[in-house]
This record gives sequence, C-alpha cells and structure tokens, in this order.
Amino acid sequence: MIKQYWGVLLVLFSCLLSGLYASPAWAEDAEAGASLESLLSELTSSSFNKKAKAVEAIAALDDERVLPVLEAMLAGDLFYRKSDDKIVFTASAESGYQITDALTAEDLGAVGKREVKKISTNNRLRKQLRTQIAGYKLLSKKAEIRLAAADDLIKTPSPEFLEVLQGAIKKEKDNSVLKALKVARAVILLQSDNEVDRIQAVKDMDGFANKHTMAMLTALVQQNEDGSYVESSELVREEATSVLKGLKAMETWYKFVEDLFFGFSLGSVLLLAAVGLAITFGVMGVINMAHGEMIMLGAYTTYVIQLIMPNQIGASLIVAVPAAFLVSGLMGVIIERTVIRHLYGRPLETLLATFGISLILQQLVRSVFSPLNRSVITPDWMSGSWELNGFLSLTYNRLYIIIFALMVLFGLMLLLKKSFFGLQMRAVTQNRSMASSMGIRTGWVDAMTFGLGSGIAGIAGVALSQLTNVGPNLGQSYIIDSFLVVVFGGVGNLWGTFVAAMGLGIANKFVEPMAGAVLAKILILVFIILFIQRRPRGLFAIKGRFVEG
Amino acid sequence: MKKTKSKWIKTMTGAAVAASMSLVSSVAMAADTIKVGVLHSLSGTMAISETTLKDTVLMMVEEQNKKGGLLGKKLEAVVVDPASNWPLFAEKAKELLEKEKVDVIFGCWTSVSRKSVLPVIEELNGILFYPVQYEGEESSKNVFYTGAAPNQQAIPAVDYLMNEVGVKRWVLAGTDYVYPRTTNKILESYLKQKGVAEKDIMINYTPFGHSDWQTIVSDIKKFGSAGKKTAVVSTINGDANVPFYKELANQGVSAEDIPVVAFSVGEEELSGFDTKPLVGHLAAWNYFMSADSEVNEEFIKKWHAFIKDKKRVTNDPMEATYIGFNLWVKAVEKGKSTKVDDVLKNIIGLETPNLTGGTAKMLPNHHLTKPVLIGEIQEDGQFETVWQTEGEVPGDAWTDFLPESAKIEADWQDPKIMCGNYNTETKKCSGQNY
Amino acid sequence: MTSQSRLAWLMNDVAGRRLMALILAVIIILPVLNLWVPKDSFFHVSSYTIGLLGKYLCYALLALAVDLIWGYCGILSLGHGAFFALGGYAMGMYMMRQIGDRGVYGNPLLPDFMVFLNWQELPWYWYGFDNFFFAMVMVALAPGILAFVFGWLAFRSRVTGVYLSIITQAMTYALMLAFFRNDMGFGGNNGLTDFKDLLGFSLQKDTTKVALFVCSGVALILGYLLCRYVVSSKLGRVLVSIRDAESRTRFIGYRVEHYKLFVFVLSAMLAGVAGALYVPQVGIINPGEFSPINSIEIIIWVAVGGRGFLYGAIIGAVLVNYGKTFFTGAFPEIWLFMLGGLFVVSTLFLPQGVVGIVQQWKDKRAEKKALQAGASGEVAS
Repeated sequence: MIKQYWGVLLVLFSCLLSGLYASPAWAEDAEAGASLESLLSELTSSSFNKKAKAVEAIAALDDERVLPVLEAMLAGDLFYRKSDDKIVFTASAESGYQITDALTAEDLGAVGKREVKKISTNNRLRKQLRTQIAGYKLLSKKAEIRLAAADDLIKTPSPEFLEVLQGAIKKEKDNSVLKALKVARAVILLQSDNEVDRIQAVKDMDGFANKHTMAMLTALVQQNEDGSYVESSELVREEATSVLKGLKAMETWYKFVEDLFFGFSLGSVLLLAAVGLAITFGVMGVINMAHGEMIMLGAYTTYVIQLIMPNQIGASLIVAVPAAFLVSGLMGVIIERTVIRHLYGRPLETLLATFGISLILQQLVRSVFSPLNRSVITPDWMSGSWELNGFLSLTYNRLYIIIFALMVLFGLMLLLKKSFFGLQMRAVTQNRSMASSMGIRTGWVDAMTFGLGSGIAGIAGVALSQLTNVGPNLGQSYIIDSFLVVVFGGVGNLWGTFVAAMGLGIANKFVEPMAGAVLAKILILVFIILFIQRRPRGLFAIKGRFVEG
Repeated sequence: MKKTKSKWIKTMTGAAVAASMSLVSSVAMAADTIKVGVLHSLSGTMAISETTLKDTVLMMVEEQNKKGGLLGKKLEAVVVDPASNWPLFAEKAKELLEKEKVDVIFGCWTSVSRKSVLPVIEELNGILFYPVQYEGEESSKNVFYTGAAPNQQAIPAVDYLMNEVGVKRWVLAGTDYVYPRTTNKILESYLKQKGVAEKDIMINYTPFGHSDWQTIVSDIKKFGSAGKKTAVVSTINGDANVPFYKELANQGVSAEDIPVVAFSVGEEELSGFDTKPLVGHLAAWNYFMSADSEVNEEFIKKWHAFIKDKKRVTNDPMEATYIGFNLWVKAVEKGKSTKVDDVLKNIIGLETPNLTGGTAKMLPNHHLTKPVLIGEIQEDGQFETVWQTEGEVPGDAWTDFLPESAKIEADWQDPKIMCGNYNTETKKCSGQNY
Repeated sequence: MTSQSRLAWLMNDVAGRRLMALILAVIIILPVLNLWVPKDSFFHVSSYTIGLLGKYLCYALLALAVDLIWGYCGILSLGHGAFFALGGYAMGMYMMRQIGDRGVYGNPLLPDFMVFLNWQELPWYWYGFDNFFFAMVMVALAPGILAFVFGWLAFRSRVTGVYLSIITQAMTYALMLAFFRNDMGFGGNNGLTDFKDLLGFSLQKDTTKVALFVCSGVALILGYLLCRYVVSSKLGRVLVSIRDAESRTRFIGYRVEHYKLFVFVLSAMLAGVAGALYVPQVGIINPGEFSPINSIEIIIWVAVGGRGFLYGAIIGAVLVNYGKTFFTGAFPEIWLFMLGGLFVVSTLFLPQGVVGIVQQWKDKRAEKKALQAGASGEVAS
C-alpha cells in the first residue's frame, strides 16, 4: 500500500520531485541573480511542459520577487506584453489592464486587452504552483498564511518540505498553527521506515479534524488481499485505531451539524420562493401560476443591474434587491389591475389567467434576453466557505441566503402586523365589504397587496440567481415547491409557511444521504400527502368563519 | 328549430375547423424549392440548447442559397416548434414529412425526442440528421448521427484522466436518464477492465434540473479525500450544471484537487455561467470554439454575421449540424437527387472537412469519424485544448463494453447486412421496422 | 316509468346529442376519405390528420373525465395527468411485451431498455402484460386503484378546495419523479417506445391507425353517454349539491365522501382509458406525461370549453389543442404569446367558456320570453 501510495505521488509530482531534490528552493544558488529574468521569459512558451520546468527553476531561486510572480501566475494575473515579451502583473482597469513590471515593480501604465497575453496555466501547473507557494509561505510572518500553507501541505504530502516544516515547528508559537504544522509533518513521516516516527505521526494526527489524515489512517489499518496488514507494526495500528475512533466520533457529530445546515439552507430557499406566494395565494386567494415568473423577473433584474454596473459586482447585489422588488412588484400591480381585478370571487379562474400570463412572461424574456441562460456573477463576499475545521465548512452564499430569508420574513411580518397598510390589507381580506364601507380603498389595497407578494418573489429571484440558472425556465422549477410549502404550512399563515419550508428542507436533507436525491424528494411528497390527511388545513390552520371558503 | 340550428353550427365549428384546415393546407404544395425541416424546440426546457441549432441550420440554408442553391433550386427552411414535448416531436415530424413534404430534417437534442420521432421517420422514410452526442445503441436506416458516440467522447476522456492525470478513484455523476445511465454502464465496465476496484467507483444519479447539490458535493469531497487522485466524470444535464459547479466552488473543491470532466458542458452552457469558479475543470468534445483552423475562423465569422452578435459562441452540436448539412448537400449533389433513397445510398463514405482541421467521413453505420479533444475551462468561457487524439476516431454505434451490445453491428452499405442491428452470433438482424 | 322518461337523460341534452352525432359522423366519414379516396384527390384526408384528430379525441375524453369531477362535483384535480399516464403505461407495457424477440438485441424475455442496462430478469410487475385482456383490465384498474386509495384517504379526512388540488399535484409530481428513475423499470426518461404492433396489427399500417382513431371516437362517445347518465341520475344531483354546498349536503344525511370517491374513481378510469388509446397513436409514453404542467393544461381545456358542460370540455380540449398545433407550426417563435393571450382573454371575456356564450344568449332569450328558467341548473359557480 505504501508503495502504491508512492506511486501516486510519483506520477503526480515526478517533475517536481526530481527538480527539487537536486536543488531545493531554499538552497543557495550561485546562478540565481542572473537568471530570473531569463527564466521568466521562458514562461511565454505555449508548451505547458516548458512552463512547468521554468516554474520549477524559478522556485529554486532565492529571490524575494519569486513569490509574487508565482502567486500572480496562480491567480491568472501574470501576463506578458506582446510587443516585447516583458512579463507583467496586471490589475483590471477600465477597458483593459493596469500593468506593472514583474521584475522591477515599475508601473507601466494602462494597456488595452489585446496588447497583453495571459500566461495560461493548467491543472498540473496550478497544483505545482500551489505546493511551491506553500513551501514559501511556511516561513511567512502571518499566522493565517502559515496555517493555510500547512493545510496545503497536508493535502499534498511533499517530503521535500520536511526540513522547512521541522524548522517552522520549532519556531511556531501559535497553538493552532503548531498543530497543523505537526500534522503536515506527520503526513510525511507516516511514510517513514522508522516505527517510532510513524507512531509519533499517528499521535500528532489525534484530534485534528481533517478528511485527508482520516483517510490515511483508515488506509493504515486495512488488510491487504493476502491478509497481511498494510501497516506492518502492531503498535502503529493500535495507535491508529484509537485515534481513528476519536476522529470518527467527531466526524459523525459534524456531519449532523452539516446536514442541519444543508437543511436550513434548502429550507430558506423554499421559504424565499414561497413567501411571496403566501401573500398572493395565501392571503388573497389568487391561484397565482405566474408566481414563478415573478421570481424569474427578479433574477433577470439582477442580471441587468450587473450589466449596468460591471465594476461593482459586490454592490450590484445590494442594489438588485430593491430594483427586483420594484420590477416584479410593478409587474404584479399591472397584472392585478388589468386581469385579476376582474376575477375576484372566481378564484379558480385566476389559475387559468395567471397560467396564461406565465406563458407570456416566459416567452417575453426568451424574446428579449434570448433563450440562453444568462450569467450572473457571484460577488467575492458570497463565494467560498467558512471553514470551521476540516470536517465542517459552511458556504457563505448559503449562509447569507439563510440570513436574508429570515430578514425578508421578519420584515414582512412586521409590515403586516404593525403598519397601517398591513392593517388595511388584513381588513380587506377578512371582510371586503365592511372594509370598503369603513372608507378603505379596497381596489388600491388589492393592487398593493398583489404588488407586495410579487415584489417579494422578485427579491427571492435575486437570491436564487446566486444559486441556480438564470433562464426562462427558472420560475417553472420553483412554482410547484412553492405551492406545496404554502399549502403544507396552512394557507394564509406566514408562520406556517416558515415552519413548513424549514421542516421540509431539513427532512429532505436528512433523508437524502440514506435514500438518494430522487427518492428523498418522492418520500417528502408522499409525506405531505399523508400529512394533509391528518391535518386537512395544513400545519397551522386558520380558525374562524371563512374556513368553509 | 331555428334556435337549435345556430347552436348546432356553433358546436360544429370547433371540431370541423381542425379537419378543414389541415385538408386545405396539405393540398397547397409548391415543388420549386427544396425543403429543409428544422425540428428543434424553441420553447420549454430544451429551448436553451436547441434554439442555437435552429439558427445554425437557417444560417447554412442561407449560405447555400447564396452559393446558388442546390441542383438549381433554392433551399427553403421549414421551422416548427416541438416545444420540448416528446409526443409533440413525433407529431411535428409527421407534419414536416406529410404536410410540408420536406426532403430532410435537422433536429432533436434529447434521446427521448429522437426515440419519439424515430418510428415516424422510419415509417414515412425521411432523413434525420441528429447533431448531439448520445449514448449509442442505435443505428437507424433513416437517421445520421453526427454527434459523438460514447467511444468518441466518454472513453477517450477517461483514458486521458487515467493516463495523463493519474486518476485512481472515479465518481460517475449523472442526471437520471438514458444517456448518463448507458454511458456510466459503459465506463464502469471499461474501468473495471482496466483494473479499477469496485470501491473506487462511486455512481450517483440526480433528477432533472436538480438544484440542491450540497449533500452530493459533500459526499464527493469525502470520497475524494481517500488519498488517491479522484476525478468526477459528469454526465449531468445542462440545467443542473450551474448549481453543481457553484456548490463545488463554494465548498472549496478545486479543479486541481478533484477535476470534473463533463460531456454536456460546452461553450454555450458556459456563456450562462459565472466561469471564475470553473477554471480548470474539463470537458471532452469533438470541437472547441478555440480550435485553431481556417475553416473554424471562417465559420465563427459567418455565425457572428448571421446572428448579429459578436459575443455569441459556437459549440460542438453546431459543428455536428454543420458537418451533417454539408454531407447532405454533397450527397444530393453526387446523386443529383434529393430523393431519400438516393441520399441514403450516396452519403455513405462521403467526406467533408470538420472545423478542427481534419475530415469527417460518414461511416456505413451512419456515424462519423471524429477527433476527440479534451479542454480545460478558461476564465473567458473558452476551452484550452490540453489533449487530443492522434487522428479521427470512427464512431461505434454499438459499444464493445456491454455484453449484449458487443455482438451487434450496424452496416448500411454491405448488401449482405444492410441493417442497423446485425447480430454477429446469430447472423440475424433484429428489431427492424421495414 | 315509460321508456321515454328512462331516456330523458339523453333526450334533454340537445347540444350534447348533436356533438355526439358530429363525432360519429367524423369517425365514419374521415376513415373513408383516408382509406378509399385516392391520395391526389382533393377529398383525401392524410393519415397525419387522422393521427392528429385521434390524439384530440383522446384529450377530449380526458377533459371529459376532469369535467365530471370538477364541473359537477367541485373536485379540482391538478393531478389527472397521472391517471392518464398510468393508463398509457399499462397499454405501453402490453405493446412492449408484444415486441418479444423483435427488439434490437433480439432478447425474447426482456425489453430493450432492460437489456442494455443489464437487467437479468423481468420485474414482477411486468408479469401478465403479455395478455391483452389483462393489460386492458389494468388500463382501468391501475388508475382506478390509485384514485381509490388516494380519494379514500383524502375525502374521508375532508381535504377540500386548494388543499386537495395541491396534494393531487404532489401526487402526480411524485409519480413523475418515480417514473423518471431508471431503477423503477419503466424505461426512465425515454419511457416506453419503439412499439411494433397491437393485437397483431402493425401500428405502421394506415388501417390500424384508422381503427385506433375510430376506437378513440367510440370511446369518447361511450364515455360521454356514461358521464351524461351519471350526472342526470339522482347521484348526479347529489354531486351538484356537494359542489354547491358540501356541508349542507352532509347535514342532510348524504355520505358525501362515498359520492365523491365513486365519481373520482370513475373519472380516473376514464382518464386511464384515454391514456391507453393515446399511446399507440403517438407511439411513446414517458414520464413527461405525469408533469404537473400537463395536468394544469387539462384544467385549462375544460375552463376554455366551459366548465360544468360535458360537451364543453370536449370542445375546449379540441379547440386548445388545435390552437397549439396550429400556432407551433405557423408561429414557432411567438406561439406562447398567442396561447397565453388566449387563456387570459378567454377568462376575462368568456367566464363560462366557449359554450357559455351560447348559454348566455339562450338565457337572455329565455328571460325575454318570460318563461321559467330552463337549463340554468348547470351554470357553473
């Protein structure tokens, strides 16, 4: 097994290993000063093999300019000027790039997009770069950079860094970094021929939440086909077994937390999709088949806003929220005034009319924006994940969407319960003629209410644009789930919608690992059907005289 | 009595209109043009992919007419919308062949739409050019498959990952329909032949349009942290891809750790993505827009001029449509006839340049020879070719990696066989409808 | 009771009787024009037209089934496509078995889609479908049993209104997802296709197609008469009273859930029959038929035609589907605008559907003549 493991390593890093054993990155190199420039010029080659060799040689130089070059190359910011093949760093500027000389850090001014060419990288090259950078970064002064470097080295055990690691461990004062560094060392030492080293390595891995080390330990205690153990030493195996037991308990717990988070996140997506419908369908009784298209309009608004402000993607999303509310809300008001207004008292026919409207809106965006999906960019603050430890990381976009969904729900409840408009709205839905005789302009309230529900659907579209396709079919994929959530929670009850969305989300995510995605969904649907038999008016049934509607 | 009579008329009109309209229009027929049917969904879920192909055919027709048409006649495109509705595909195919009397049809994207029109095309003896990569296991007398068969896409991609990247552990993730099912069956059997153990293969299916990938990506991450190089072979269908890649990126799975090689993600799909998180993931196709050849440059120029949008991309199924159209034109010119039987006979063996610089040849099994390209996704939504086959790979209708299918072959040239499903063991031809 | 009054349910229904006569005429004349009139004659009807009309007739039967429960009993089912599809699958399974060893792999035991997915034996639920009569029984029984179980649960616990509508939608959605799964053994997304013959008659022959067309017409007529009989009987009166005031009917002493269950199961079976006739004519059945949007469309046919008029449902189904066929061919790029617009306009200006115009006009005349209100009992609420 160990041999096999080495085999993998060899395949992956053969070029790297051979190069670095000969001349480690931190070794003195007489030719260094002379050749950084010439090595850089080799990066302009179109052959990835040549580039890999150049990177290897560059990394072997002892030069403080090396790290920025490698990092820029990894990030795709390293270019060369077509006119003189000069290697430059770039930063986006209006209609082109701002470039700086990679060697002298001299500012070379702004250039057009066509004047420079990117030094392209592929997966193998990027991996090589990352490892090289990690080696450099171990010596960084900042704790979080050292931690990240250690994590990178745990992922790709690189024996050539053993000495650096040893040195770093001796100097390290920060406990969490120290642990990570030790594990990084352990990952290398696990391959050692020395039993004591291996036992120490296993011990170092204890209590460190990381999927890679866990997989390594699991591999240690396994038997080969002929019955012999992968790890020959009994002591190491015993140690590994006990360490593994602790890690597994940790993993199970974090898995549970993760499932819960997944559930909440799915629940908040359902909540966002359904909460607008809870107004138009739940409160007003309009079987609003165009609800999905209101969500779609919101998502398209996000796209348009990003087109308008291409340089402030981070802010565009914030702007998109009120914009989407206005666009969808306005569309809602128009629909209410032109069509739905004539259909009060005939709720079933609203189904027919709104279905027609949904077809028209779908075709409208198809004609205006083309049938292709539109690309909505995820701003930096919404990408990536919050890594609590090696077993649990929560993705930022999901996290924000959970918070956002709760904010929308809270705001809406506040509006309904505390504002004057909310009061009028409740009055009209409960007793139209009485409200009218009290001087409430029922027609206006109807239009505003429908606009509100549609506007909230639009807001949901902004959030969904961060998770899924923005295309003409976006609405269709959420409409059925939305109706289910509203009905399951009890029509006309926002609180019910919330509980239903979260309940269904969490249930789905706990069933999914066992049954698979498709079966989980089917089981949830069957559950809803059976549940409605028990409570024919949903989770939170409204009591009162209009029950027999 | 008068009262009931007017009502009688009212109720009658509804049903009678249907009959009369189709009666009249089937009679009005013009014979001075060559009609080209276009059977691609322009609405519904598949419109995203298929609309472009409709435009491609229209462009090719326009081009041909500029060159003076075909056999001295103008080409006329007849476009219908089967609306991503499978039974409607059959109905529209019938409409094209019986009512419009088209000479050839370019159309379909999904396998089920092809399966749906197949009986119609065979019964009415039409010609269909099917431009999308598919699962194989079919060779109809009346259909030409200009997209890739599994051996022209899936297997070379796996070879690349295994030999060049050193992948030892495999996730076969797909949408639950026949193309992923069959492709994964083939790949599974292929991988096992290559000595990959059962526990190193994870197979996962999701429903259409699946949007919540949290659990699955988390599972893939776990599967991939077992110390062996892991890759995902994705047959995930169009719509579900955006949320899948987004989730991958957000959960910190980078292409360097676990590369994903996709068979259904091309330039056009990428134009609807935020590509930043996708950089480095792979796709296997027979054409990339970035292909460096003169024909390709010209094709892209024409496309931009036709669609009046410089930002539009080209993709593999467009190339397949292009090749199919050119082969059909050549076959018609060769036999000086648009008659179906003549075209069927003449087209086999014809060659036409493909857009990547080689030639595409129509094989007797109605599939093409194609080069296989593996590309890495770049930030601008294009692919950088990282590997490609030496020459062209001939398409194999019946895969050799499934026991039942290995013994079947298709040959529409050899007069002794003349069949799409010839069983080499029983020497019999099964499942033919004519 | 005289024979005259025993047939009153039919004699009172003038418009329906006329429509049936028209359908009868169509299924007699068109086959003649298709089979015996030479192809180049002006009067020749193409088999394309026959196939299209045959499809419409199946849809009409389905719409009839929906109108029976929605128009007369107030049950708005957004899942009737499921019963239609189940009937279709039963028929499809029979035709799959008929292929026998003529599949592409020549396997005498298994359908093609099972062969290439490496299935070793036929799943138990495919047993019996070799037999035509068993399959035909299942055509009605499979949707019937589903409707019985579902209805028994729902009506017993008094699930009504939108709650019922949404759980019927959940039902068809769940079934769609289930049938999409290849592991279910129904061919997954591709469904069942590549049919060859029915009772030994090749599906490619014009005569078979005409026969199927005629069968669809006959089924529609019989279905109509059955529905008409049901709604004119005492049972039908109870149904209407349930529609208009369910609690009151219950308080009077009727077991509302029994009535509802009966009519729901009957409607599901009719839908199943429609599905079974539909499949051989279009040549494919796949899980797309279960999609909730399809079920909503059925509701729209009924609403456009005129809810609460059995013949209205038939007219609506034919009209909307003809519109779809016509628009998708004539205006492929913008037909959704037209169809969508049609739905909006018809709701706004034709509150009782197409037949409502006639009804309104008739009512006005009736008022003018100051006669007692005639057939107004059938006006939809």
